[in-house]
Amino acid sequence: MSHPAPTATARYTAPAIALHWLLALMIVGAFGVGVYMHELPMSPTRLKLYNWHKWAGVTILALSALRLLWRLAHRPPADVAMPGWQATAAHATHVALYALFFIVPLVGWAYSSAAGFPIVWFGVLPLPDFVPVDKALAEAIKPWHERSAMLMAALVLLHVAGALKHQFVDRDGLIDRMRFGRR
Amino acid sequence: MFRPVLAAAAAAAFALPAAAQQVLPAQSEIAFVTKQMGVPVEGRFKQWTAQITLDPKKADAGKVAFTIQTGSAAFGSPETDAEVPKAAWFNTAKFPQASFASTAVKALGGGRFEVRGKLSVKGSTQDVVVPVAVTQAGPASTATGSFVIKRLDFKIGEGEWADTSMVANEVTVKFKLALTGLAPV
Repeated sequence: MSHPAPTATARYTAPAIALHWLLALMIVGAFGVGVYMHELPMSPTRLKLYNWHKWAGVTILALSALRLLWRLAHRPPADVAMPGWQATAAHATHVALYALFFIVPLVGWAYSSAAGFPIVWFGVLPLPDFVPVDKALAEAIKPWHERSAMLMAALVLLHVAGALKHQFVDRDGLIDRMRFGRR
Repeated sequence: MFRPVLAAAAAAAFALPAAAQQVLPAQSEIAFVTKQMGVPVEGRFKQWTAQITLDPKKADAGKVAFTIQTGSAAFGSPETDAEVPKAAWFNTAKFPQASFASTAVKALGGGRFEVRGKLSVKGSTQDVVVPVAVTQAGPASTATGSFVIKRLDFKIGEGEWADTSMVANEVTVKFKLALTGLAPV
């Protein structure tokens, strides 16, 4: 397969673009709910938010698996011209984000299971516990859900900052690769 | 002046039915399972006492009574456990004890019994039917069973917590009692 020249029309495939933006919205939403909910006193609202957060996390995990398979089967468009270190940093950020798309929900799932609250997806599908119910284990896991989520948030900010720099400083049309609309 | 006391004590001692069983608390448990947005969450009562008098050959004369300290209920998660004593839930300040008293015991054969009785929690009393299965190994007997109650019948979870889409109305009560002194079933 020959490498197409990096032009403004070389875009990711439509499913890749759809999954990128859907997961972007879901991850930002789940992150916001997660930061907000754990400060709340016990109430039906808190219980609701916790469950919504868990359902969103498992959905993010499933969609990320789909996205990874799609990504492995479909080459992304070639890089736009940029210094080598920037390309390396961008790729490393992408790899780390992909890893965290799995790590953050799985650690959250493990925490919920260990704490004795198995996840029932959308209130109807009970998911298996892959760690035992163990309060000490739950307390040990808990900070890692937060830390991994905070690391993902930092990398998302870096990813967004990089995209904005390409758009408004380099003006190289990089964001068009992930743009919706007619081809 | 000791004589009447001694006489009363002796009378009380003889009045105790010969078939009274001992419950071994360390090997026994009373647990309950609630569903929070579809998620089964199990808790247990840590403090309770039971008086069981049952001759399996004359089950009809049997008596079963429980007294449960509502404040001893624990799910094992601090956020949830802190809610249990509050007025919306068990209101342990006003209703520190729940109780069960049998009204009829029926042998169903094969070590199975049906115990009907009155369950009182938080000032409300409801009739319940409790199936019990007894297995025996030497001198030790184990009685297990479970039954379902509706928490709102007892006003457990009031106000904003009365919403059964958040916490289901049905609560499964499960028990396992280790007994000594039970005649062969």
